[in-house]
Amino acid sequence: MSGNAVIAEAAIAAGCRFYAGYPITPSSEIAAVMAEELPKVGGVFIQMEDEIASMGAIIGASLGGMKALTATSGPGFSLKQENLGFACMAEVPCVVVNVMRGGPSTGLPTLPAQGDVMQARWGTHGDHPIIALYPADLTEMYWQTVRAFNLAEKYRTPVILLSDELLGHMSERVEIPDASELTIIDRRKPDVAPDQYLPYDVKTELVPPMANFFEGYRYHVTGLTHDETGFPTEDPDLAEAQLRRLMLKVSANADDIMEWEEDGLADAEVAIFAYGAAARSARAAIAELRAAGIKVGLFRPITIWPFPEAALVKAVSHAKALFVVEMNMGQMIREVERGIRDVPIVGIHKVSGQPIDPEEIVLTVREFLEGKVTLPQKAVYQMSV
Amino acid sequence: MSFNYETYLRNDKMPTQWCSGCGLGNLMKAIIRAMTDCGIGNNDASIISGIGCSGRMSSYIDCNTLHTPHGRTLPYATGLKLSRPDKHVIVVSGDGDSMAIGGNHFIHTCRRNIDITLIVANNFTYGLTGGQFSPTTPANSWAPTAPYGTLEPQFDICEMAQASGATFVARSTVANLKHLTEMIRLGLEHKGTSVVEVISNCHVNFGRRNKHPEAPEMVNWIRQCCVDQDVIEVLPLEDLEGKFVVGVLSKKERPEYTAQWAKFVEKVQHEH
Repeated sequence: MSGNAVIAEAAIAAGCRFYAGYPITPSSEIAAVMAEELPKVGGVFIQMEDEIASMGAIIGASLGGMKALTATSGPGFSLKQENLGFACMAEVPCVVVNVMRGGPSTGLPTLPAQGDVMQARWGTHGDHPIIALYPADLTEMYWQTVRAFNLAEKYRTPVILLSDELLGHMSERVEIPDASELTIIDRRKPDVAPDQYLPYDVKTELVPPMANFFEGYRYHVTGLTHDETGFPTEDPDLAEAQLRRLMLKVSANADDIMEWEEDGLADAEVAIFAYGAAARSARAAIAELRAAGIKVGLFRPITIWPFPEAALVKAVSHAKALFVVEMNMGQMIREVERGIRDVPIVGIHKVSGQPIDPEEIVLTVREFLEGKVTLPQKAVYQMSV
Repeated sequence: MSFNYETYLRNDKMPTQWCSGCGLGNLMKAIIRAMTDCGIGNNDASIISGIGCSGRMSSYIDCNTLHTPHGRTLPYATGLKLSRPDKHVIVVSGDGDSMAIGGNHFIHTCRRNIDITLIVANNFTYGLTGGQFSPTTPANSWAPTAPYGTLEPQFDICEMAQASGATFVARSTVANLKHLTEMIRLGLEHKGTSVVEVISNCHVNFGRRNKHPEAPEMVNWIRQCCVDQDVIEVLPLEDLEGKFVVGVLSKKERPEYTAQWAKFVEKVQHEH
């Protein structure tokens, strides 16, 4: 099974019944599987006129009560940012998949990259909360897709599921869990009378319950800054309170949202930080280095945003060096740097459209240990491979 | 007996933010009257609007309302309608919102013939941002972004709708509440994409620069420019120059999208 097919299968298992998309490489197989499977379960598939419309349509469907998905890649992800911001602001659950390819612009459509991790965080304008997940193997892809829907429903917010061309188009053995093994979370509905309902309450809880349209709770949904009833306001206190709650609903629940993997870090003299497809290269490199007696461990964020900074600091603080392996010019390395104060950080970055060869990581680690790479303390040394 | 609008109005949001004499007030009355005529309850419809003066419409009508980013009403409406095909989805947009930034969504919504009623308030200008020219501004008009007059020819919204496949296309004006109500009512009753273009007065940001600075005069001018669809065939072509042809311009029967999807799902489920 390909990574893209896994996402589609898992989405349906998570309760997704609406897909809107626009053809784009390397994500199109997700749409193809959804087009085939959704009618079988009574869902809706629609190919929209563009990426903007696909994002708008899933928000509309979600307001009507459906769990909704769209999938795209870099150029389309850029176009989705406008309506993605609306979903953050209006607190509409939905899942957006970005199967990353080389950029900028049209870039390398059929080749993998990890150049959109910062766009996933800050792509839409204005301060806004975001959740982004990025698995590294296809069984995990299944679980994280289900989790993306659950987090979207639980926190009333869009969730970005990151993938890359490598994961999207590769095939490997996938352990598909039985439906009974899955926890499915649905949005919490109001339990008060319609005239008491505050869809954007700032006082009682961080995630107010969400009424679907046409169910008697007649509220207003807008991208404008709004008060607790949903109607536009320019009152400075209300504006500030809403945006602070919006941010806090993710940051205060970060412990629930963040997942990461630590592998072999306890005795590691060298730590590697990697995610997505690059983490696969890192794993292979670690196996080779370990076989040669060099103690190397992996820290792999599965939740990219919010960033599991405290866990990273704790896990790698004893290492002699931290290698950050990314298929971009150095994006998450800045985030790593914000947290790590006392461990030299070495960046291994590749933007050729080719996956990072484990040998390239092995070589860099060996050169460092042999003293061939001299590092000023606390500086970031970026090694092109 | 006077009509009671209060059942459909969010009375605590009154008065509206529209300028005194703005045609959008009359449009709102017509929408409410048409909903009443069709027996559409507050929980049976959603009003969706975009950005611009028309965008405020969704704040004032008491149902589940949605105020989307600029030009994006129709994709949101499409998703919402597909999630609840049993409910009415009414989009209120403007000439800039639906013909410029939302132009692509406009043509493809019409092509699909999904059961959405799209009301386009055409006031020939971007009123909310100060009167910049829009795709429907008549050539040689004045605007802050056309200080020497506009160069561009204008879109005919109804022609666009028909060419794109909308199965109900009508035009009316804010100068005739009865006629406007009737056109919207017919649009609501039609199963498929209905486009009702509504010529409206923005005397403040369009009229002021283009010889119609007062609301009553501008509304009168709109009224005088109307030619009924029924009589155009007997009129010489030159008499239609600069006129608004009003009435039902086209009505066709073609399979509606959500109904087609439901049948398709049934077929797929039967085969698998």
